[in-house]
Amino acid sequence: MLERAHVLICSGSNCVSRGAKTLRDEFEEHLDRLDIRSEIKLVNTGCVGLCEQGPFVIVYPEGVFYAQIKPKHIKEICEEHLYKGRIVEKLVFNDALTETKEVLALDEVRFYKKQYKIAMRNCGFINPDDIEEYIAKDGYRGLGKALLDMTPKEVIDEMTESGLRGRGGGGFPTGVKWGFAYNNDSDQKYVICNADEGDPGAFMDRAILEGDPHSILEGLMIAGYAIGASKGYIYVRIEYPTAIEKLKNAIKQAKELGLIGNNIFGTDFSFDIEIRLGAGAFVCGEETALIASIEGERGMSRNKPPFPAAKGLWGKPTIINNVETLANIPAIMFNGAEWFGRVGTDKNKGTKVFSLGGNIVNAGLVEVPLGTTLRDVIYDIGGGIPNNKALKAVQTGGPSGGAIPEHLLDIPIEYETLIDAGSMMGSGGMVVIDEDSCMVDICRFYLDFTVDESCGKCTPCREGTKKMLEMLNIISSGHGTLETIDQLETLAKMVKSSSLCGLGQAAPNPILSMLDHFRDEFEAHVVDKTCPGGVCKALINFFITDKCIGCTKCAQNCPVDCISGTIKQLHTIDQSACIKCGACQNVCPVDAIITT
Amino acid sequence: MKNVKITINGIETTVPENYTAMRAAEEMGYNIPRLCFLKDINETSACRLCVVNVKNMRGLKNSCTLALQDGMEIETDSKEIRDSIIQNLQLLASNHVFECWACDRETSCELLNLMRRYDVDNVFGENLRDFFKKDRQINDTSDSILLDSGKCILCGRCVSACKQFTELNILDFNERGNETYVGPALFHSMADSGCIECGKCIEVCPVAAIKPKPEVDNVLSALEDETKKVIIIPSPSVAVTVAEDFGAKLGANVEGQLNEAYQLLGFDDVMNYSLGKDLSIIEESNELIDRLSKDESTPFLSSNAPGWMQYIEQYEADYLSNVTSAKPAELVAGALVKHYFAEKLGYNKADTIVVAVVPRIDRKHDAKRSGNSYRGLADVDHVITTSEFARLLKRQGIDLLALAPSSKPHGELASKVFKEDVLHPNIGFAEATFKTASQLLQEDVQEMTFTPSKENEKIEEASYHLNGKKISIARISHVKSIKEFFRVLKAVNKTYDYVEMASSQNSNVVGGGSPIQPSKVQDGFNVIGLRAEALNDSVNDKEIRYNCYSEEASNIYNDFFKHIGSELAQDLLHIQYSPRKYYKD
Repeated sequence: MLERAHVLICSGSNCVSRGAKTLRDEFEEHLDRLDIRSEIKLVNTGCVGLCEQGPFVIVYPEGVFYAQIKPKHIKEICEEHLYKGRIVEKLVFNDALTETKEVLALDEVRFYKKQYKIAMRNCGFINPDDIEEYIAKDGYRGLGKALLDMTPKEVIDEMTESGLRGRGGGGFPTGVKWGFAYNNDSDQKYVICNADEGDPGAFMDRAILEGDPHSILEGLMIAGYAIGASKGYIYVRIEYPTAIEKLKNAIKQAKELGLIGNNIFGTDFSFDIEIRLGAGAFVCGEETALIASIEGERGMSRNKPPFPAAKGLWGKPTIINNVETLANIPAIMFNGAEWFGRVGTDKNKGTKVFSLGGNIVNAGLVEVPLGTTLRDVIYDIGGGIPNNKALKAVQTGGPSGGAIPEHLLDIPIEYETLIDAGSMMGSGGMVVIDEDSCMVDICRFYLDFTVDESCGKCTPCREGTKKMLEMLNIISSGHGTLETIDQLETLAKMVKSSSLCGLGQAAPNPILSMLDHFRDEFEAHVVDKTCPGGVCKALINFFITDKCIGCTKCAQNCPVDCISGTIKQLHTIDQSACIKCGACQNVCPVDAIITT
Repeated sequence: MKNVKITINGIETTVPENYTAMRAAEEMGYNIPRLCFLKDINETSACRLCVVNVKNMRGLKNSCTLALQDGMEIETDSKEIRDSIIQNLQLLASNHVFECWACDRETSCELLNLMRRYDVDNVFGENLRDFFKKDRQINDTSDSILLDSGKCILCGRCVSACKQFTELNILDFNERGNETYVGPALFHSMADSGCIECGKCIEVCPVAAIKPKPEVDNVLSALEDETKKVIIIPSPSVAVTVAEDFGAKLGANVEGQLNEAYQLLGFDDVMNYSLGKDLSIIEESNELIDRLSKDESTPFLSSNAPGWMQYIEQYEADYLSNVTSAKPAELVAGALVKHYFAEKLGYNKADTIVVAVVPRIDRKHDAKRSGNSYRGLADVDHVITTSEFARLLKRQGIDLLALAPSSKPHGELASKVFKEDVLHPNIGFAEATFKTASQLLQEDVQEMTFTPSKENEKIEEASYHLNGKKISIARISHVKSIKEFFRVLKAVNKTYDYVEMASSQNSNVVGGGSPIQPSKVQDGFNVIGLRAEALNDSVNDKEIRYNCYSEEASNIYNDFFKHIGSELAQDLLHIQYSPRKYYKD
């Protein structure tokens, strides 16, 4: 029997952490009670992207988009929408309601309208635990086409022609990379899926692994066929338990159907996939460190050349592709290079997924055609900055990227334009920074991360990142001089040019780009001894203005008891004792506490 | 080999295709700075000091492993490169404890040399208000090795050397990033780390982060104590290596100058190391004869390789019954000094201090074994390495190279124990033991000729007739580590009566105690080979023996031990080894 409605429950990790886990049970309970259980199909899907507004329930055929759903809401959805056919308007995602109270279908919602999904084509639409659903969405047909109709060389040519570039950040043409490994003769070659997503705040790879694991397996197998590898590894961090579970299940199902194993589709091609768990070191996303980790060594980078395509895992030619790259491959193989080329720009074909975060209304995952402007992503899709604050910059590429200032928001998102703007594509982190932020502080945040994540092998990264962080601390504490800033810049340039691997080479990028665009903010810290963003504690003071109504809340909440004053009288802060924690400011009901 | 045509600093040159940029530049006469690279041992590109600019390549490239391509344009010096080197040196300096005057590597520190060359200002290390300096950790639990994180620059050479030469991976990086330090895994002490004290890590360290456990101060105290008689036992290799620390070329022989120096330092007398070796081999030969007559478990194993006994105790305890119980030469010599010669010289044996100078740090550990003493007196009180001895000379203001050579050491004991005939210092254990056994059995001494084994390229075979039997002997050569020796040994099904680990033949000049040459010298010259050659040459003008039952040895047996293998000889000249646990057990 065909169901009359499909209810999709987002079960991505973000929604699960917001309480989506019990929604299915609730649905089952109420549908049973209403005796319509057999008419409704419940599907637990992967991430639908708009994580800020989760958990989501999407009801088809209408495509009604319910947001911020709690278990208590399920009863109403079942009774009203599924039983009586009346959409529960108060639970529909805000942007999906027009001013005339018309309910927009999912793809009409502003957040999704300018998006274009290739890598995440199935995320949020299919049940990742069911291989049949993936197959129904043309899954494994790309592999079939490659194996049955094309030679490995033709697959590589198709991939080169498609113009797909590495989505892990480097942007190296995937087909060209495959070609290197194809041309290196060896008795054994390997393909590896780099699922060691490590940028703070980026989670597109996790979403794909959880929402559409078969696309990764298929992509890996097409890559294996192309270069002549019979073994693939998926290197995934142990912090992604759901992704690991979905992958394991997907591999099991694919093996049962003979899609992984010997003589796939009756051809000579045999392939096996193994999952390797990483302990979560950022550097293990760097391909040589990743290889070392799979080999059982310490996750430390190695010198390149030789590149992995020549001498990789256990000394054999190896191709390492990122999750998002691999997710694109089945679609390209099935639909053709020409189809893929229709999206994006001349040198930047296809789409890119970004983790939109920071000071933004609609935080979550967005997939846009390359060439879309940053402004479109932030203001159109992302819904702008909360509280009508002004945008100061947008940081792309996470700790390896840089900040792009407001006046460059109209540049199209392309590998080259972002580099020209002093940043990089990176794996897709996109952090929006508003006017209340301090650039020195943001640099400290990223450097703190790279200091922690440096493997410790080469001198500039091991020692240099630490010294850069210390210099930022000097600046932030007001002890710095203009010379400190120059020193910092010189050191940053040196670390960039002489580090062994990508981690060290990119670690100074936040500093260099911020110095480029926001040098005046750094100078304010050392010359005027002020923090324009009001963030650096050593440079700010808390004062109570005469707006104070004497409610005593601030005094009660001060952890060091440095606020004095009697009821209904103006309170004062003892500056010598204040630790600048901001607790008073947070509790003041009349915004009487200011920082200078 | 194909050649490639490249330009370095605008000068065209043609070099073999397999050269690296560093090698090509160095052959042109450029001295490329480096702290981590050591050819074939550590090629990890970690220190980032050997950077060069290559046209059309992004960023600076490390030249140490950079493969060459035809037409490559390389620049080894520019402001960018120089600034990069200086800043990286500043970063390394920021965590380094600069007490150069009190450092073992004062004259051979690769970091200090580069700091001098580039005139580096220690901007971070001197500003402790703003910049963090890592805590110094000293791991001094081993009898032989001391690890000092305050000196370590994390070049990783020791880690690689440990891996290659022992395959035991005792040393590795702990923690990571800025907190990284080198040591045994999981915070274990060196004492129970499973280390065999082969000294390879010390030989490759560019600074003094790993060094022999210092004992110079103890020797000085003994020398200053007027109630003590202090006897020195210098091992033969000291004469051909110690001068390196005084700036002499590799292999310079200063035996004559040393003969003067012992007295100048205040040593009361000098004992002949070789006499100790004579008795040690004699006891081993006697044991061999005994074993062969009793059909005890074969093969009888021997080697003088650094770490040999420690390896068997910790990793191959099943073989403990296959090795000789005869003590090493310097301990035999020490025991002879205290229990035989002291009385003859009118010394109180309890007030006699014996100092051995050896090229190997594992001997420090040996001297401290409880079995290496008799009636409460240690056979050897202090073991110092050749380079420690050089430091002692410097400390006492003795300009070794300026001394007028003397043909023999001074002293009453020295005049008794240094004879015209000498045991060849580089003689193999098998050869010495079997030839001596022939002597003991009053049989003809035969030549021992090794031929390559047909079964395994790493083995050479020989046979020898002893006591009416044909003895099959194997020499396992070309093995890099003791672990590999046992692998090869276990892989051959053939039963040999006697097996020697032959790569130990250079054991006289390796083991972490000889002066340390900078990496460029280690790469460019066969340091071990040149030293071994010098040791060979050092006996050219002497009467060379290949067996150990010398006249002096025979006198001592007649006079003191009564006969070979006597109860007293067992007590004084033998030790019982037992299995030893380390943390993994």
